[in-house]
Amino acid sequence: MEPHHNNPQETVHAKVPSLDIPELHQCVHCGLCLNQCPTYRVLRLEPASPRGRIHLVNAAAEGRIELGDRFKEHIYLCLLCRACETACPSGVSYGRIAETAREQLGPPGSPFARALLNLVFTRLLPYPRRLRSVFALLRLYQRTGMQRLVQPLLPGKLRDMDTMLPSIPAKFFRQKAMVLPAIGERRARVGLLNGCVMPLLFGDVNEATIRVLRRNGCEIVLPKNQTCCGALNIHNGEGVAAKKMARRNIDVFLESKLDAIVVNAAGCGAAMKEYGYLLRDDPAYREKAESFSARVKDAGEFLAALGVSAGLRPVEMTVTYQDPCHLAHGQRIRAQPRQLLRMIPGLKLTELEGADRCCGSAGIYNLTHSEMSQHLLKEKMQSVAATGAEAIVAPNPGCMLQLAYGARRYGPPVKIYHLMDLLDRASDAAGE
Amino acid sequence: MPAAELIRELRGIVGSPYVLIEKADVVVYEQDGSIFQVMPEIVVVPGDVEEIAAVVKCARRFNTPIVPRGSGTGLAGGAVPAEGGIILSLARLNRILRVDLQNRIAVVEPGVINADITKLVAKDGLFYAPDPSSQAACSIGGNVANNSGGPHTLAYGVTTNHVLGIEVVLDDGRVVWLGGEVPDTPGYDLCGVFVGSEGTMGIVTKVVVKLTPSRESVRTLLGVFDQMDDATETVVAITGAGIIPAALEIMDRTTIEAIERGAPVGLPQNAEAVLIVEIEGLKEHTERALEIARSICQRNHAREVKLAANEAERQLIWKGRKGAFGAMGALAPNYYVQDGVVPRSRLPEMMRRIALISKQYNLRIANVFHAGDGNLHPNILFDMRSPGELERVIEAGAATLRACVELGGSITGEHGVGLEKKAYIGLLFNEADLAAMARVRRVFDPDGRFNPAKLFPTPASCGEVRLEPAKIPAGLWI
Repeated sequence: MEPHHNNPQETVHAKVPSLDIPELHQCVHCGLCLNQCPTYRVLRLEPASPRGRIHLVNAAAEGRIELGDRFKEHIYLCLLCRACETACPSGVSYGRIAETAREQLGPPGSPFARALLNLVFTRLLPYPRRLRSVFALLRLYQRTGMQRLVQPLLPGKLRDMDTMLPSIPAKFFRQKAMVLPAIGERRARVGLLNGCVMPLLFGDVNEATIRVLRRNGCEIVLPKNQTCCGALNIHNGEGVAAKKMARRNIDVFLESKLDAIVVNAAGCGAAMKEYGYLLRDDPAYREKAESFSARVKDAGEFLAALGVSAGLRPVEMTVTYQDPCHLAHGQRIRAQPRQLLRMIPGLKLTELEGADRCCGSAGIYNLTHSEMSQHLLKEKMQSVAATGAEAIVAPNPGCMLQLAYGARRYGPPVKIYHLMDLLDRASDAAGE
Repeated sequence: MPAAELIRELRGIVGSPYVLIEKADVVVYEQDGSIFQVMPEIVVVPGDVEEIAAVVKCARRFNTPIVPRGSGTGLAGGAVPAEGGIILSLARLNRILRVDLQNRIAVVEPGVINADITKLVAKDGLFYAPDPSSQAACSIGGNVANNSGGPHTLAYGVTTNHVLGIEVVLDDGRVVWLGGEVPDTPGYDLCGVFVGSEGTMGIVTKVVVKLTPSRESVRTLLGVFDQMDDATETVVAITGAGIIPAALEIMDRTTIEAIERGAPVGLPQNAEAVLIVEIEGLKEHTERALEIARSICQRNHAREVKLAANEAERQLIWKGRKGAFGAMGALAPNYYVQDGVVPRSRLPEMMRRIALISKQYNLRIANVFHAGDGNLHPNILFDMRSPGELERVIEAGAATLRACVELGGSITGEHGVGLEKKAYIGLLFNEADLAAMARVRRVFDPDGRFNPAKLFPTPASCGEVRLEPAKIPAGLWI
């Protein structure tokens, strides 16, 4: 090397026009996002920061760097928690930049993992019945004692994944009727998204959500042919099936003439509020998607705006609240869930230090990047311990699974609730 | 590719994951908060002072430049590797080592984020006073290098007024303390020499900062004006009335538009200027001073004077102000911020000149500035991708700096000289001044290896160096 004089000829790669989206040019690299980024906070390396990733995508779009493995690693190390969007003074939609890059790259991991993920994204998630069968098999695996026999024989990484598998409930959520009447005076007619894993792992939360909404005067519509929201696909570089699922949901919900489409999973709500953007290049669906997205409401957001009309009985409990990233950062909803919790008599809410920092769940991130995920979870559980709370409220299935695992593995042995669980318990029988 | 042997040694010192050489890693470090880009060769991210000392020794043996970098939020290209070599990131040295409440000091590592110090000691009624607008992200090391200020500089002074001592790694790898934990150590004030030296003398590895007791009462008002002239005249009148507010900040119409588009805080979008007046102290004082400030605003034709009713309202005003630079992205893909200073009595005239320059060069300029200090920040908005625009921007920038100097001011208030203003430093200092400074620098860095090509005009074209565009063509170096 010539000291004091470097001259790396810029190797020129092909430009990638599909990466060159307007959002890239809204970033003025001020750096205010750095300290809010969970991965940067841990690694202290700028390629692991939002500004760094935006710069990488920009460089790749211009053909200054290769769309190679290293680039892909950086883009997929991101949790897509979007805390950087909250910090950004320019209002850069970082999520769109990252999702665009991932769609260009395809799913993460080894060729085998990619094939498996593609299978899940295109052949499993869009089909609720197939997903149900898979979970029924997994349940069998757990309940027959096979898990106890097999787990010790599994190779390292697979064994870790197996220990993370939550206990699958005996009962899956099944929609009983297409339309469930409001209890008392009807104040709104709303649709409810079943979700993909919600009915299988958190069927009771769906039931609770329905009870809470009905007790507060909502007529509930459960469109039969609804499907998964597609968020996992979008976050992991699969766009084709995702768009199909979005179109399906738009069709079945819009034909039901609803005041709102209520979603009790933060990640799904955030994705559905972006259907308008997802289908921006689809002339047949663009407008329908916009009007669909405008109706999507998180369950807590919707109930706080509607106003709680059901009577609330005391629930004696000290809880802390974890902001799901796709609620706080993705949908800018922070006040409403806390406001609803404070309405429950006897319930004490103690604030969690770093409540809006990701717990490391992030969809399938806890499987694809278990080391970083566990690091963040451990930190999270330490903050939880400092609150002295006996339960964490986190209205999103991914966070609930991750935090439950955290409580098992690192302690403290707290219970994990969805916001709707506690509202259900507080309003139980009060109005029936 | 950099020499394999150098890379091997660096890996031995800090560990392989912390030596970055792949393009998909180092490209991220080619830029800071400014518009300058130079592709780095090697980025090293050490974990402690011993590793830093070893890296410095190693760089000396290979005669390779070292460019220190904190959070990379600088606005003058100070962290851009103008002559290649090693970027030394201090991001991993981010521990607050000790807080001494009795003596009101904290000992921190250079990678500690400015705002994190206040966050830690606020419950004890203390805070760290220098508050650059980037304080949620910028590092103390970067603050020391640039002698950073902020909106509250008016009342509290700049970084050098709040740093008692520093531990530094010298060019031969020796580690020494300059200054200490008590004010006024005997002998040369070498700590004072280092603060503001922009990384050209050595690597700061620990900083002893002063902690300031928070005030009993803080009151903030927002004056809304239909004319920029009225806002600047108000500033002149307030300081002339003998009140020293903690902060006096002006934002113009374009800046308000950027903030309200990027991350809205509810500023009046049809105003020509808003003036933030913040007053701190004992309750009796703040109430009285607030009344005086309010009546001065009204006398100078303020359309409206709003008082922040509570801390949440106050924080919202500051959120807007502190996000102002970053918000420029909501109006244009690029902005070029100047950091000129004029005596505050000349503010009205200077703002008129900037309006003229904006017209003359046909460029939008958003003004957000520390009016109390006469420290201007005209942000020239542009699009790097449109041909010829950058050249016009640079000329317009130069015109504002010349105007500052003509009105008896300076070319930089707080952002540092870096790459960006080294061409203009000749407007302020003559050759003898600059030679004296260069001699001081050579005492610490005889080979000119620490952050080369910054601060001083490049000898080849002393005083006339052209500002380089952000995208430097391959093979062409500053």
